[in-house]
Amino acid sequence: VSPLAVTAVDLARIQFATTSLYHFLFVPLTLGLAPLVAVMQTLWHRSGDEAWLRLTRFFGTLMLINFAIGVATGLVQEFQFGMNWAVYSKYVGNIFGAPLAVEGLAAFFLESTFLGLWIFGWNRLSPRLHLATIWLAALGSWLSAYFILVANSWMQHPVGYKVVDGEAQLTSVWALISSKFALWAFGHTMLVGLTTASALMFGIACWHFARERDTQLFRHAAKLALIVLVPVSAFNLWFGSNFGIVTTELQPMKIAATEALWDTEQPASFSLFQIGGFTQSDQTPSFSIEVPKLLSFLATGTLDGKVEGMNELQKQEEQQYGRGNYIPHVRTTYWAMRVMAYLGSLVFLVAALGAFLFWRGRLERTRWFLWTAVVTIAFPFLAALAGWVLTEVGRQPWIVQGLLKTSDAASPSVGVWTIGISLAVFAVLYIALGVVDFVLMRRYARPDTGAPPDKEQEPAQAAVPT
Amino acid sequence: VTLPILWFCLIAFFWTGYLVLEGFDFGVGMLLPFLRDERERDVALDTIGPFWDGNEVWLVVAAGATFAAFPAWYATMFSGFYLALLLILFFLIVRVVSFEWRRKRDGTRWRATWMWANTLGSVGIPFLWGIALANLVQGVPIDGDGNFTGGLEDLFSVYTVFAGLAFVGLFAFHGASFLALRTIGSLRERATAAAQRLSLLAAVLGTAFVVWTVIVAMDSNDKDAFPPVLPAALAVAALVLAVVLLSKGRNGRAFAATAVGIGSVVATIFTSLYPRVLVSAPDFANSLTVSGDSAAHYTLQVMTVAALVITPVVLLYQGWTYHVFRARVTGDEAPTPLA
Repeated sequence: VSPLAVTAVDLARIQFATTSLYHFLFVPLTLGLAPLVAVMQTLWHRSGDEAWLRLTRFFGTLMLINFAIGVATGLVQEFQFGMNWAVYSKYVGNIFGAPLAVEGLAAFFLESTFLGLWIFGWNRLSPRLHLATIWLAALGSWLSAYFILVANSWMQHPVGYKVVDGEAQLTSVWALISSKFALWAFGHTMLVGLTTASALMFGIACWHFARERDTQLFRHAAKLALIVLVPVSAFNLWFGSNFGIVTTELQPMKIAATEALWDTEQPASFSLFQIGGFTQSDQTPSFSIEVPKLLSFLATGTLDGKVEGMNELQKQEEQQYGRGNYIPHVRTTYWAMRVMAYLGSLVFLVAALGAFLFWRGRLERTRWFLWTAVVTIAFPFLAALAGWVLTEVGRQPWIVQGLLKTSDAASPSVGVWTIGISLAVFAVLYIALGVVDFVLMRRYARPDTGAPPDKEQEPAQAAVPT
Repeated sequence: VTLPILWFCLIAFFWTGYLVLEGFDFGVGMLLPFLRDERERDVALDTIGPFWDGNEVWLVVAAGATFAAFPAWYATMFSGFYLALLLILFFLIVRVVSFEWRRKRDGTRWRATWMWANTLGSVGIPFLWGIALANLVQGVPIDGDGNFTGGLEDLFSVYTVFAGLAFVGLFAFHGASFLALRTIGSLRERATAAAQRLSLLAAVLGTAFVVWTVIVAMDSNDKDAFPPVLPAALAVAALVLAVVLLSKGRNGRAFAATAVGIGSVVATIFTSLYPRVLVSAPDFANSLTVSGDSAAHYTLQVMTVAALVITPVVLLYQGWTYHVFRARVTGDEAPTPLA
């Protein structure tokens, strides 16, 4: 492998990492807001309370601003497998391509068609039918998450396949779509989506309380947000740590690297924070805070379970796959996991405290907490990004665990300059879009200038028959 | 009919769906700068507002189906046409957000920016897809391992650039006749006039393109004139019919004729391509083929079941959308909460 080829793979990886993470800034919010908006519209439909209609409009507008950029950046994802990862695409097309195609057919059509009906159908459809359209759009977004996670999970834990003439072929579609990894990843992602959206909803409500605008209205929003956020963020902590146990079983090296665990331990202690100990030449941290037996519990579900270390796993993988380095970037996985877990816990604590204050009727007067809740809006996003860093970096050096290495998977015909140009284009474009998206979201969410959606007079479809 | 052939046809069908449906969205986007004011642009965008996103999914499905059913085709085409696809993605992205963001703020500059983003995308995307699809038939340099060995310049020839222009011309016409069908008053009259002027241009471009495609297929893809002349003849007939119908004021039928015409143009491309999926030139033997580069039988079986169950349902509810929004857009509608 020439040094130049290594650079092309590196650039392709950087591009995949940046475009995917960027895409995933917008996805969880859509996944969570779609059902929440549907719930709000249902509450309006059931009760006739105008407050729920106003909230449906308010959060529906935010959802759409955000949805546009999610769709746009999603197209890049579908194209870049073939553009940058041609060898990978040929190798996995039989298996990976199928859920991708079905995602479009079964999920994206549903989501985009019914979202169009929802946006433009207020005066056209009966209220019941119109309500159904937002639920179907939400269903579409959830289905799309399922199919894309089936595809990704196959890269983490290949199932239902055989390798024929240097390409992976599907042998059982049932094994593929019921893959243990996929189901856990899907559950976790959905909980993340609901957490992200309800934390946003709660934060925006608190922002309005702090500015004393529309407090009556946003009390409804805060209540609904807390009803979702408290149990979901708590459940997700449990769910996520169980997903960790599943991962330990299926990708032991990922977990060993995540915990910076070089030698097998039984029982294993959990490192809360450490300095050093992240490289093969420096395996012992110079400083660390540890909780005895906690890693055994987190990784195996029992307090004295055995957790395999990277040194042993490296030996095993060398025996199985030949010489090479099978250890992912330890510092990255270690901190990605902690950022995810600590922020996730923080979100739950803020939510629990918010619920307590709300219950005691003190929420709107506790100003420091209101601003805390506003800041907390960012945490689920950051936690979700860290989670993906952990998932994808932790799989390295494999692009498909145990079958194909990332270094062998790029497009042979695509050079350094080509990827460099494309990386630059995406960087500039994405930064510009991100700024505009943030400005728009803030403008439509902020209490002081208002711009309540009902003041925005939009030309719309009329009931003039042809 | 074998499963690889069925999937080749399905992919052609998805491309047809994309270009016929998103085609008029492109056309409306191209016409935006020629409208009088922002109010007219609001109306024009409202005519495609409920549809464009669903129409674009046909592209996502076409690409996904290619990935799954012909992994090597997807890999070679997407890595080979790299910079062209990068440009397409750029246009796709700015166009998608322009729909949602244009009305989210007032101000002439803001609205003008997103209008131009939409128009630029609406011209650029079909132009580049025209070039890309024409290259499948004309052939690109591919080595014995199925890897693209050329550069960006290999994608541009007189024929492929003409294909891009033909796509732009066809969709401009398609969009103008759609706009004429969906608006009232002065906008409708001017859209009708624009459609009439564009119809002749589109018919000429379309005819030249399908004839040229059949010749290219005979030349570089070892094809006989038959069967590609069948869809080509249908395309010519439909486009000429559209010109006639439009001059008689039969806008609805004219639009149906342009839809059939564009569908037949796509059919001509894929008929000219079969039994290959990506022609190699100059080393013809390295071409990727329907039978040689398809996914394994089991994957195709699974996908066939999924596609045959889901596609009719999609057609049903997408068709229903067009029924729901069949009324003309006047611009005086009661405001909706979101748009």
